[in-house]
Amino acid sequence: MSLPCFAGFGLGLRKPHYADFLDTRVEVDFVEVISENFMVDGGRPSQILRDVRERYPVALHGVSMSIGSADGLDGAYLKRLRALVDEIEPLFVSDHLSWSRIEGFNSHDLLPLPYTIEALDLVCANVARAQDAMGRAMLIENPSTYIDFVRADMSEWQFLDAMAQRTGCGLLLDVNNVFVSASNHGFDAIAYLDGVPHDRVRQIHLAGHSLGTELLIDTHDRPVPASVWDLYAHVMPKLGAVATMIERDDDIPPLGDLLDELAIARRISDIAMRVAA
Amino acid sequence: MSVLAMQRNFRLWLDHGDTFAAARIGERAAPGLLVYQNNYRAQLIACLDEAFPHTRDWLGGEGFHEAMVAHIERVPPSSWTLDAYPRDFPATLAMLYPGDPEVAELAWIEQALAEAFVGPDAGVLTPARISAIDWDSAVLHFTPTLDHAPLTTNAPALWAAMDGGEAPPAAEILAEPGAMLVWRHGLVSRFRAVERAELDSLLRARTGTPFPDLCRALVESLGEEQGVARAGQLLGSWIAEGMIVSIEDAQS
Repeated sequence: MSLPCFAGFGLGLRKPHYADFLDTRVEVDFVEVISENFMVDGGRPSQILRDVRERYPVALHGVSMSIGSADGLDGAYLKRLRALVDEIEPLFVSDHLSWSRIEGFNSHDLLPLPYTIEALDLVCANVARAQDAMGRAMLIENPSTYIDFVRADMSEWQFLDAMAQRTGCGLLLDVNNVFVSASNHGFDAIAYLDGVPHDRVRQIHLAGHSLGTELLIDTHDRPVPASVWDLYAHVMPKLGAVATMIERDDDIPPLGDLLDELAIARRISDIAMRVAA
Repeated sequence: MSVLAMQRNFRLWLDHGDTFAAARIGERAAPGLLVYQNNYRAQLIACLDEAFPHTRDWLGGEGFHEAMVAHIERVPPSSWTLDAYPRDFPATLAMLYPGDPEVAELAWIEQALAEAFVGPDAGVLTPARISAIDWDSAVLHFTPTLDHAPLTTNAPALWAAMDGGEAPPAAEILAEPGAMLVWRHGLVSRFRAVERAELDSLLRARTGTPFPDLCRALVESLGEEQGVARAGQLLGSWIAEGMIVSIEDAQS
């Protein structure tokens, strides 16, 4: 199963910016949409996505596949997602290294997995089933986590490496999530970025976070901080063609502010490419 | 601990606040588990709060918050889509406010409008098609987004006033119970209150009863002149409002 490849800079498509993307030509190379928002029967959301797709390449980013569920994947969900994939013909189809659903209960949150051999086996089985259902390789994103399980057989980046090798999936590397989890669990973010399989990374997320009571929280409600830009600058020379995007889900600013952040990403990427050359 | 056992413990913690289950996940996990539980509840609260703005305004912030908490206790989320979570909230409100039926009926309107908004697309009945129909064999086909529920109060008037930014009237019980219809015309969700007789005709038509048989039933109950006039009026309004999306006849 071949892994799609695309180089460019994009933004997440959010409701306050629908008119900007539909009425004007926004200077992005692609947009990313939350898959579940458009896995509907019809109506305005479907029309908006069709119109956006006519103007921009689209990446589908899911939050509900629950790739780490011990009781497997939801067949109805996969069927719905496949229908959307067939209609939109996205650049990428991605979801998270996490779980949300177990035995009929759905938390609607990206819950953590222990990085054990058992978890690796079940995640790989679920990724393989998802890729078969989609008819294409998927990208799996590293999550922000707030629990460090006592029992682990490997680090998160070793887990991602093994998963990618066994299933042929690609990686969506969320640099902010690396920073948040490194801070929460006390590991070295640079070691993480050096340890992920660079040849499997196809997309990058950049976002902001906030400080909770004891832990950093992946809130996506503020600009990308300097600490995350530094990690992005570190990892970019190691990667091949990737699609970079700013992910903002709360306190959404005017589109111009996000385009300014995207310009920073372009500049850092340009410098990184020159360094790599 | 297996992944399955961990996930069962996690569910017990999120859904029931089971501290023994939390302890089984790990002693040092406590701060993180609080983050996940806060995320879980905050997400469901935000979902209901966004889905029922007029019900919230009608009940007041405190009453609505108590209803949301009760609903989260009563109905754990099960669907892959968060959009499905509000579906059972009107039933929770009916249990919480048995003496104030307008509360659940108002919530039903909001939920049904949201469901219709993303419901299946349907065709458009063109004037050219209407003029060519053989009405002696016509069978009406309704938009798949059409939904209905019993109506005992002036909840539609409450919704309309609040949606227009006006002070809502006092709640009232209808002299005769009726029904609410919700559907989508084009890309816009619509609703209106109907009398029980119109709902009966509509339900018969939707199950495939030919239009001439509907006319005959109305003539039997209302008399020749009024029955024919009523049939024509219902048909005209159903077409004009976009409820009918196609008409099948012997020539189709």
